[in-house]
Amino acid sequence: MLDVQELELNMGPQHPATHGVLRLILKVDGERIVDAKPVIGYLHRGTEKLFENQTYPMNVPHTDRLDYIAAATNNHAYCGAVEKLLGVEVPRRAKFIRVMLDELQRIASHLVWLATHALDIGAMTPFFYTFRERELILDLFEEYCGARLTLNCMTIGGVPEDLPEGWIDKLKEFISIFEEKIWDYENLLTDNRIWKKRTIGVGIISPEDAINYGLTGPPLRGSGIKYDVRRAIPYEVYPELDFEIPIGKNGDTYDRYLVRMEEMRQSIRILKQCIEKIPDGEIQTKGLKFIKPKPAEVYFSVEAPKGELGFHIISDGSPKPYRVRVRPPSFINLQALPSMVKGHLIADVVAVIGTLDIVLGEIDR
Amino acid sequence: MSQQSEKKGQPEYLDAMRNPLVIKLKEKFKENILDAKTYGNELTIWISKDILIPLCKELWENNFIYLVDIMGIHQPNKEKNFALSYILHNFKNNERIRLKVEIKESELIPSLTEIWKGANWLEREAYDMFGILFSNHPNLERILMWEGFEGHPLRKDFPLKGINTGAAIYPDVYPEGGGPPKKEDKNA
Repeated sequence: MLDVQELELNMGPQHPATHGVLRLILKVDGERIVDAKPVIGYLHRGTEKLFENQTYPMNVPHTDRLDYIAAATNNHAYCGAVEKLLGVEVPRRAKFIRVMLDELQRIASHLVWLATHALDIGAMTPFFYTFRERELILDLFEEYCGARLTLNCMTIGGVPEDLPEGWIDKLKEFISIFEEKIWDYENLLTDNRIWKKRTIGVGIISPEDAINYGLTGPPLRGSGIKYDVRRAIPYEVYPELDFEIPIGKNGDTYDRYLVRMEEMRQSIRILKQCIEKIPDGEIQTKGLKFIKPKPAEVYFSVEAPKGELGFHIISDGSPKPYRVRVRPPSFINLQALPSMVKGHLIADVVAVIGTLDIVLGEIDR
Repeated sequence: MSQQSEKKGQPEYLDAMRNPLVIKLKEKFKENILDAKTYGNELTIWISKDILIPLCKELWENNFIYLVDIMGIHQPNKEKNFALSYILHNFKNNERIRLKVEIKESELIPSLTEIWKGANWLEREAYDMFGILFSNHPNLERILMWEGFEGHPLRKDFPLKGINTGAAIYPDVYPEGGGPPKKEDKNA
């Protein structure tokens, strides 16, 4: 009779495939995962406490540091929440600029996801391809606001700067380049036999479970639920724009890959429409020099690359918020990881972490 | 070029007791529905903590099958000094409501993990940050702070600069109080 025993294995917190400082305590039976327990909090900086001790405009740069590879959507969610609290309508040109920055950010974030996800599974080439195109997006950001990662590119009531001269032309050039390059990534992966073997049937989550766990973003849509904040609770100019919400069928890693690839194409579609429709005019609402809202409580969310990113703000009549809570998509998506990896191999844990597309800055806040 | 960039002014809280959903709930739960108001387009319902589970089950029947978020609040000026804000979503007509429950410190509040598995970490976070205790929670332990940490950081009486946790990292390299060694020490 063989002596069988379960082994406890620590993965992380310093592990290249955990995308930051995520620690997983895995219970393994041979190579099979019996149970997994994520341990988080290694990057906790007390952002919510800081928010309470600063005035409303001072908090915008802090939001950059939540999901640090998609700063524009963080700025958008926070500024949108304060605008909702104040009942402010943003000028139309600023709305278009915001949507363009959001969609560029979505593409940039998905490119980082594709690069690291493929690298974790063992495909190295997509990394070089995607980072080449991401560089062009970061250049566009740099020209717009001076920063490449921590953008701080939105203000309460609009955007800080108008588009620089020639920016739209550069954006058009980027679109024409990117539309071709996206096929390069697909050619490398979509029909690749190794890629399919590593992703199809791995990390399946049923639609019922996805809702029960509160997943949002591509993990929810990969399971076949058509929910996107841009369509469900529209904000800015999304109702006027024509785009589709891609959904998957099986809820596995491969479907989530297809959903994100299609999302990048849809973002390009949105950008093209924005270039055509963007009007002239103001970019900042007047009369927001000193923000002191009456007591109220609001919740506002945007569709960030990782899912629904929301901000709750409670005001108490002072220039500082009484309480700010971030609803981070990665935090809630990560919760489903143990149920997704049970019964799979250790190597599949890496694939599932990649497919959830987590950022620890947002999870630990 | 006329742009609608004027400030419309902050919205007011409006009474929402005549809202069809609130009337329906009021029939079933009577005086346990304390109040209902709208702010902008957000409906908030204040409820007592005893009916949280049955109310959420009732709302589940009414297509509110998705728990968006749970927020803990510390309000030391009020008699019921803690509050929880639940946001539920309805996929059918993309409607959202907020449930608000106020409790005293050390009062137990029922856990929603039996309805939504996703409530697990959200409630752990409320416990970690505020010390709000949940009954029937499968695994109520700290999530962002480490085990053994004393205090709850998001309470209003917790200092912004933090507390001395007694943790010493490399005590022979860094003196007590943290930070790099002083210049005199270096030369010595």
